[in-house]
Amino acid sequence: MTSYDVEAVRKDFPILERTLAGDHPLVYLDSANTSHKPRQVVEAIEQHYLQHNANVARAMHQLGAEASEAFELGRTKVAGFIGAGRREEVVFTKNASEALNLVARVLGDAGTVGEGDEVVISEMEHHSNIVPWQLLTERTGATLRWFGVTDQGRLDLDDLDTLVTERTKVVSLTWVSNMLGTINPVERVIARAHEVGALVVIDGSQAVPQIPVDVSSLGADFVAFTGHKMVGPTGIGVLWGRYDLLASLPPFLGGGEMIETVTMERSTFAAPPHRFEAGTPPIAQSVGLGAAVDYLSALGMENVAAHEQAITAYALERMQEVDGLTVVGPREAVQRGGAISFTLDDVHPHDVAQLLDSRGVAVRAGHHCAKPAHQRFGVQSTTRASFYLYTTEAEIDALVEAIRHTQQYFGGR
Amino acid sequence: MADASQVDALYQEIILDHYKQKHGSGLRDPFESEVHHVNPTCGDEVTLRVHLDAGTVSDVSYDAVGCSISQASASVLNDLVVGKPVDDAFATLDAFQALMQGKGEVEPDEDVLEDGIAFAGVAQFPARVKCALLSWMAFKDATSQALSTQEDA
Repeated sequence: MTSYDVEAVRKDFPILERTLAGDHPLVYLDSANTSHKPRQVVEAIEQHYLQHNANVARAMHQLGAEASEAFELGRTKVAGFIGAGRREEVVFTKNASEALNLVARVLGDAGTVGEGDEVVISEMEHHSNIVPWQLLTERTGATLRWFGVTDQGRLDLDDLDTLVTERTKVVSLTWVSNMLGTINPVERVIARAHEVGALVVIDGSQAVPQIPVDVSSLGADFVAFTGHKMVGPTGIGVLWGRYDLLASLPPFLGGGEMIETVTMERSTFAAPPHRFEAGTPPIAQSVGLGAAVDYLSALGMENVAAHEQAITAYALERMQEVDGLTVVGPREAVQRGGAISFTLDDVHPHDVAQLLDSRGVAVRAGHHCAKPAHQRFGVQSTTRASFYLYTTEAEIDALVEAIRHTQQYFGGR
Repeated sequence: MADASQVDALYQEIILDHYKQKHGSGLRDPFESEVHHVNPTCGDEVTLRVHLDAGTVSDVSYDAVGCSISQASASVLNDLVVGKPVDDAFATLDAFQALMQGKGEVEPDEDVLEDGIAFAGVAQFPARVKCALLSWMAFKDATSQALSTQEDA
């Protein structure tokens, strides 16, 4: 990791210098929930609002032109970052959930999924990649099926060929689990799905922030992700889709910007991506996300991934030295992202998180919007520590120390 | 927002005692109503039964999964309402709810809340108020259902 200087990176994130109650320095281990934003991103958004603010594509004045250009530049940058063949393949939504809902909705409206058809997901999905497909299959009379998860927290592909069949119209799968941390072999699933003519949707919410992504070579038909987990602002998500596919699909929401022409009787619709972007879009957020992908590209996603891998390996090792701590998910840093969910004997995750917070260590406790994955492992909730490009080994040490303190607090009183 | 002393105020000895040894835990017969409440943000759950006898809360039995605050709160609920006339139980509930939602500015009445005053520190932690109120809201719901069933009968 000679090329990666985490201390220099941290200087771009003023929030990481904060101290919290009791004079504890902030140890932020909740980046899978949302990442922090570097100065460069916040300043780009500030400059946009202070100097170039206007609505896009409809204001016939100079600021309008500047804002439109800035908004579309964000799209160009995101397209380049993920290796999209065309910038028009990048549809802006408000978050990854909306992106996934968009696909599920329009595939139903297009008749791609109907009665007797099947949609395949997995047991390790975030609720946002479960519920839209439940709604779709209920609405259309299709059947929802899913991959299981092995005891080691890996996607169970033993029944790949019997689960994904000619009845399957869509396979929607997370690339990196937000709870287990598992990195799934999505290429294998994509290959099988395409063999039977099914479309593949990848939930890239945890993947795009931490591993290099090239959607053109990935082979999936759609990839959804969100800005705020990749050092960008909240309020903007992305649906990437193959252009010919997007062009064949009906609109999602109706309103301004998504039309070609409107009469009182009927409307015709704009080409992608605007067909799927009704109303005033997330303009400043596109500027911010553009700055975010510039920031990530300058660091180099290979370096970001290597840092994530190294810090995860260190954390897995240190955390598993604690008696009574059980990692739920892969226990080795192999095909594994930087989210580690765990249980602590005799202390409830909420109480763990509360005690860690009293030491300045910010983690998430609960079901992390993945109740079925928790059920799979027979736990109601877990505590989750998650890392990112600014996480240090010293922060992992602080986590482990605070976990031991928690054990003493609840065991020793 | 929470240093060590505030955390100590949250995790009073009384709360930890109730958490380790819950009073009245488990589901029992007879009962007139049973409810299942969840805290959707964290997944804490309680199944709670109420048995009323001639206007008195004669049993509150429950099966709860959750954090120390939610578990201890269910235990204290059992202590405070079982054996009381429904009206008194509801008055206690109102007092407990007022304490929890009082942002730390409500002075608890120990005569009414007994061990419940230990939860005063919880009011300083907005994220934990729901934990403390989970079983109480379940009790309110179950008792109201039991009363309306009785009226119908």
